[in-house]
Amino acid sequence: MWEIKIYNMELLGAIITLMGSLVLLIAAIGLIRMPDIYNRLQVGTKATTLGTIMSLFGLLLIMPDWSGKFILLILFIMMTNPVSSHVVARAAYFIKIPFTSRTVVNKLKPDGNVINVSVENQKEVITESLKH
Amino acid sequence: MKFKNWFLMFIIVFIVWILLNNSFQIDILIPGIIVAFLVSSLFCKRCNLFSEIILTPKAFVYTFIYLGVFFIELIKSNLDVARRVLTPSLPINPGIVEVKTTLKSKFGRMLLANSITLTPGTLTVEVIDDSFFIHWIDVKEDTVEAASKEIVKKFEKYLEVIYG
Repeated sequence: MWEIKIYNMELLGAIITLMGSLVLLIAAIGLIRMPDIYNRLQVGTKATTLGTIMSLFGLLLIMPDWSGKFILLILFIMMTNPVSSHVVARAAYFIKIPFTSRTVVNKLKPDGNVINVSVENQKEVITESLKH
Repeated sequence: MKFKNWFLMFIIVFIVWILLNNSFQIDILIPGIIVAFLVSSLFCKRCNLFSEIILTPKAFVYTFIYLGVFFIELIKSNLDVARRVLTPSLPINPGIVEVKTTLKSKFGRMLLANSITLTPGTLTVEVIDDSFFIHWIDVKEDTVEAASKEIVKKFEKYLEVIYG
């Protein structure tokens, strides 16, 4: 009875890990298919977060002794993954990487008085800081 | 107020210690208490980030409801992204919209921005005071109020109770 239960846990963990890797595969396809950096980040962030969480959760079911470390890893990925993609998107916006032609609306224009520091000012700030 | 910051830091460090060691034996717990005490005493001079957290039973319950809502939205967003990626015509309609939040605390706004990034088709690009500028993969509403209702409200009602 006990052996059957352990075997089932391993099978379930393997299935969940496989599903996580499928999610990561979809993310990889999306990175190739999407037209610009912002849409690529959209696919990358969401799918890698769930894919990694599912892979780690499957490993947790296979290796229950290490569950604390896996939970820490899951929490760390949940906290850091959106922050990093936000920073990449923000940097891409401020160095004026162009949008795809299918973009319908943009409320955040550097010349529309929405941002206080324009891109040109930021370049000046950076060059000044490099001089010192 | 300062004791609360210190205590939360102590609890977080101690929980990390327990998770890393994965055991509740007394000879593991006692060094953990000593290390957590030292770390939280030495490095908690500037951790006033925690002072915005409201410690009531209701906030505790809402934290768990929020985590549940968050995971459901994460799975929904992945199904949505998978559908868009695998459809041959690539059905996207992207754009940057502005939304407003009513949250006051910095920590709550950070969590809201993270949650927005991980939910269906939205990515926080810039945060200026109470306006979030969000890249939306399928723009349905482009006015501030309608977009806020569509994107922000489902998380805001929980985060409001937890962080104020």
